[in-house]
Formats: sequence, C-alpha cells, structure tokens
Amino acid sequence: MTPLRVETPASKAPPSGTPSSGPRPGATARAPLASALAPRARGRVLRDHAARVVMWAAFALALAPLVWILWTVVSKGSHLLLESQWWTHSQRGITSRREGGGAVHAIQGTLIQGAATAAIAVPVAVLTAVYLVEYGRGKLARVVSFMVDILTGIPSIVAALFVYAIWVTTFGFQRVGFAVVLSLVLLMVPTVVRSTEEMLKLVPNELREASYALGVPKWKTIVKVVLPTAFSGIVTGVLLGLARVMGETAPLLILGPYTKSIATDLFAGYMPTLPTMINQDRNELAQSAAADRVWAAALTLILLVLLLNLAGRLVARFGSVKK
Amino acid sequence: MSRLPAAASAATDAPSAPAPSLSGDRAGTGRYGDRVFRGLAGGSGILVVALVTLVGVFLLWQAVPALARDEASFLTSREWSVSGAHPRFGILELLWTTVTASVIAMAIALPVGVCVALFITQYAPRWLAKPAAGLVDLLAAVPSIIYGLWGVTAFRPAEQPLEDLLADKLGWFPLFSRTGISGGTIFFIGIVLAIMVLPIVTALSREVFAQTPRAHVEGALALGATHWEMIRTTVLPFGRPGVISAAMLALGRALGETIAVTFIVSTLAPGSQWSWSLFNGGETFASRIANNAAEFDSPQKTGAFISAGLVLFVLTFVVNAVARVVIERRKAFSE
Repeated sequence: MTPLRVETPASKAPPSGTPSSGPRPGATARAPLASALAPRARGRVLRDHAARVVMWAAFALALAPLVWILWTVVSKGSHLLLESQWWTHSQRGITSRREGGGAVHAIQGTLIQGAATAAIAVPVAVLTAVYLVEYGRGKLARVVSFMVDILTGIPSIVAALFVYAIWVTTFGFQRVGFAVVLSLVLLMVPTVVRSTEEMLKLVPNELREASYALGVPKWKTIVKVVLPTAFSGIVTGVLLGLARVMGETAPLLILGPYTKSIATDLFAGYMPTLPTMINQDRNELAQSAAADRVWAAALTLILLVLLLNLAGRLVARFGSVKK
Repeated sequence: MSRLPAAASAATDAPSAPAPSLSGDRAGTGRYGDRVFRGLAGGSGILVVALVTLVGVFLLWQAVPALARDEASFLTSREWSVSGAHPRFGILELLWTTVTASVIAMAIALPVGVCVALFITQYAPRWLAKPAAGLVDLLAAVPSIIYGLWGVTAFRPAEQPLEDLLADKLGWFPLFSRTGISGGTIFFIGIVLAIMVLPIVTALSREVFAQTPRAHVEGALALGATHWEMIRTTVLPFGRPGVISAAMLALGRALGETIAVTFIVSTLAPGSQWSWSLFNGGETFASRIANNAAEFDSPQKTGAFISAGLVLFVLTFVVNAVARVVIERRKAFSE
C-alpha cells in the first residue's frame, strides 16, 4: 500500500554505457549523450519541469470536484441538520412544499438495511476468502476467484434487476426491505472477499506452521490464529464495503420504494432510506423546502458514509497485521 | 482440485507451505471440524459462483419471452414502446449513449488518473503522498446519488459555457453540432462519469507504479535520465498492464453507473431526430431502467427492461473479463 518513494538527485553525472533496462533503448540511449549538447539538455530539463507541473496540475484537478461537492452539500444542507427536529421526526404528513419534519425514518431505514446486509454478506464473504486463501487449489479456486471479479463489476442496477426477477416476478413477493438487502448483499460480498483475501495473505505462514506443529487442526488454526491476526483488516474491509452499499441507490429505486413514515420491518411494507429520500424530491428542487430537505439528506448520507470510512481507516491504523 | 487441505494458496509463497499431513489431527474432533469448516468455506465459494451464474440465467430467462414478442429489431431499433400487444423496442440509442459517454469518461479519466497516480508515487513530497492518496480515495467514497445532485444543480451551469464554446468553434463537425438540449448532454454525462471513475484508475495505477523494480529506476537515473525520462522509460512501461486493467475496471463502472446518470440525463422524446452530436440528450441502459422502475407491472414490460439489463450485464462482463485476463498475463509475466 505505501507508495515506494524514489529518491531523485536533481542532477547526476552522465555516465557512459547503454541502459540495461527500459524497453525503449532507442529513446534512452541517446539521452545520456545528449546531455553534453547544451540546447538538447535544456529541452530535456524543460520537459522534466513541464512533466512536474502537469502532475501537480492533475492532482489539483482531481481534488477540485471533491472540494466543490463537499462545499455544495455542506453549505446547502447544514442548516437543517442543526435543528433537533431533523434527528427526531419523520416526514409523515409533510408535503414537499411544506417545511419541517426530519429524516429519522430514512436514517433508520439505511442503518437497518446496512446492518442486515452486513449480517448476511460478511460470513459468506469471509468464508469465501478463507476458501480462496487457505483451501483453494486448482480449477474451482480459479473459477471462484474469477466470479468474485465479475461480481465486483456487476452494475448495481443489474443486481437489482436480478433480485427483482427472482423476488417479485418468480416468487410473487412484495417489494420489501429484505429484497433490497439481498441485492445489496450481491454488491457487498465481492468487496469484502477481496479485502479479506488481501489481509489473510498478509498473515505470516510461520504462525500457521507453529500452530500445526503444536498439533492444532487446520480449522482451529484458521479460526483461532489466522482470522484473529487479520481481524482488524477484515473489519476495515467490512466498514468500507458497508459505506459503499449504504450509498447505493439503484437497487432502492427498483426494490425499495420510499415512504414518509417510520418503517422498521424488513419483511413488510416499504422502507424509506436516505438515498430514496433524496431521489423522492429531486424533481421539486425549485421548492425551497424540498430543496433544503434534499441537500440535508445528502449531507446526512455523506456524513454517514464518511464516518464509516473514517472508522475503517482508524481500525486499519491501530490494528494492522504485524509482520 | 485437491482433496487434501493445503495451507497456502497459490498467492502466498509456495515453498513455505506446510505439508498437508501436518494439518491432520489424530483426535477425531479435529478431522470432523476440518471437514465441516472446509465444507463451509468451499460452499461459500460455490455460492458466489452460483450467484453469478444465476444472475445470467435469470435475466436471460425473463428476457427471452419479451424478446420473442418484440416486433422491432432488438439490436438496431431506436424505438422503445414496451406495452400493448405490439411492443417495439430496441437498444441502439441506449447503446450509443452508454458507450459514448463511457468513452468520453475514459478519455478524460485515464490520462488524469494516471498523472495523479504518478504524482502520488513519484512526485509528491513524502508528507503529502499518503494524505493525497486518501483524498483521492475519498472521491470514491462519495455516494453516486450525490454526484448526480451536484452535477445537475452546481456543475451543469458551470460546464455549459464549455459546450457552447465547442459548438461554436467545432460545430461543423457532426460530433459537436449544436442541439436544443439544455439539460444533461452525453458530453456532460461523460465528464461526470470521468470524475466518478477517476479514483478507480488512480488507486490501481498507483499500486503498480509503486511496484516498479528499484533496480530499473536507479539504473535509469544512474544513466543520467531526468526524473520524467526515468518515469517514461521504467515506471510507465512496467505499469502498462496494470493501467490497462485499471482502465477496463473503470470502464465497467462507467458503463453501469445508474443513479448519477439518471439524475443528469435529458430524456429524448420518442421518435426524435437521430443526431451524432455529443451535445444531444439520450438515456443509458441503466438510466432507462431506473427511470422506468415504476412501470414494471406486466411480465412483458419487465422483460423488456430486463433484456436491456442483460445487455448491460454482458457488456460489463466482457469488459471485466478482459481486465482480468490482462492482470493474469501480467502476473505470469512478472513472476
């Protein structure tokens, strides 16, 4: 993870000889010789400076939207968040033209769905990662690994359509919170598998060998030695994965319609969430009450996601696998 | 596949892997626990495989009846009327918008993302490198619905002058000809997608750039290469496969991005004039499906949208599979 830093002396005496590395010998071979020629050297120095400027500019360009987005959301959404009503009331009975109400229904929905998703996705993902790292050999392991990659790339809308095709079309169930959870599981599993896999690979083999030498069976070694060693890394992966699925909207559009009242039952009725709350009023942005609510919900969502990210990074910092 | 449990996967270094016989335990509970745990782990792996297969199978199964009733050519028609006794729908327009917007996104995100990755690994002062990487990752953490909201309200007005300028100067070229669309154009969708996939390009490129063998780097510098020449002759060639696979993964994400695009797109009226212009409106696969989520009331309608989703699934599947192959090749190459 830590970028390898390269010390670069500003200038080095041009040595003789041809470069031993670098697949474009034609380009480099001339370079050392050229440094003797003044105009040519100036061109190289200029190009070097230009490259440096371009890199800094690219970084600034990448940061601009981040700053802009955060500024927009914070400046437009923060005042509603400072009202206690936002955290204690739902939108029940409040039309989009009227001010007031809060987001507690949506926050609750997002948290419940996130927790349920994690409860299903984490065991499956961690076990899959254990399989890939500790057991996986041969064809099956390669297929599993490939499918995890494919799952990583599945667009959220396709995951939602798939769950719709099973849940609603095939079985004829209603669109409830649990259907949303199922589609979010599809999106969370691959990210947790990948991060857990990385962490398990970091566990030194000496630990496993020491455990086997003491006569501990393999499964106990994994449960008591390998997984605890990698624990903080796994938690980080879970938190980052959770942050991602909580911000997902596409499955909610198809499987989890919005409602303005508090709903905590995953298996009956519609369940409001922060993304659907934003989506609900997006065509009413001309109404100041609705616009305020949309931005405040957006800010709440960002805060929630950033909080999870921050927690993930803190866990990673304070409990990384020690070598 | 081997029946015997073996500790290390192919990824950890093989020589230190303990012999399988070591992991056995003479106590009966050990063996039994082993079998159960192995079954659980293997079962989860198989579950993942089954899930992906099921996604393909179910989408196909639901799409086929609707496709059979489709009275227009699914691949080459621009129409989209899915209800009634004579449904006529095709994906040509969706495909054009989706692919064009994604290509624009890649054209912007790839160079900028690679430059940012180079900045983080090669140029940034030591104290800045880590926070810089964290900030770019933060861009990936912002939920896509926020991008949509920001794109529509804040970014679109600021971007409009650029489109006007391009249309003024290059309007003779069909891609840049002026249209009456004032909402989100394909061009604008591309720019927003570029911002969204930039952190993916950066994160993966950063990782491969950081792995450039030190000997290559030092060799280039010792031969008198400037910093930029060193990067051009060692870091970039070494990282190329990684960058390619990063680009493919980012492309997959751009193709399937839903809610941000749904916020931004301007839907075209049915039967409107075909235009090559990037400043035209139009929907992507994902936004067409999301925009009409309320219409899923009959199997025929649902099937039509699912068939669009199936095409999207196939597109992203292919793109991701190619990325995977490139990564595998590189692994084989560098070991």
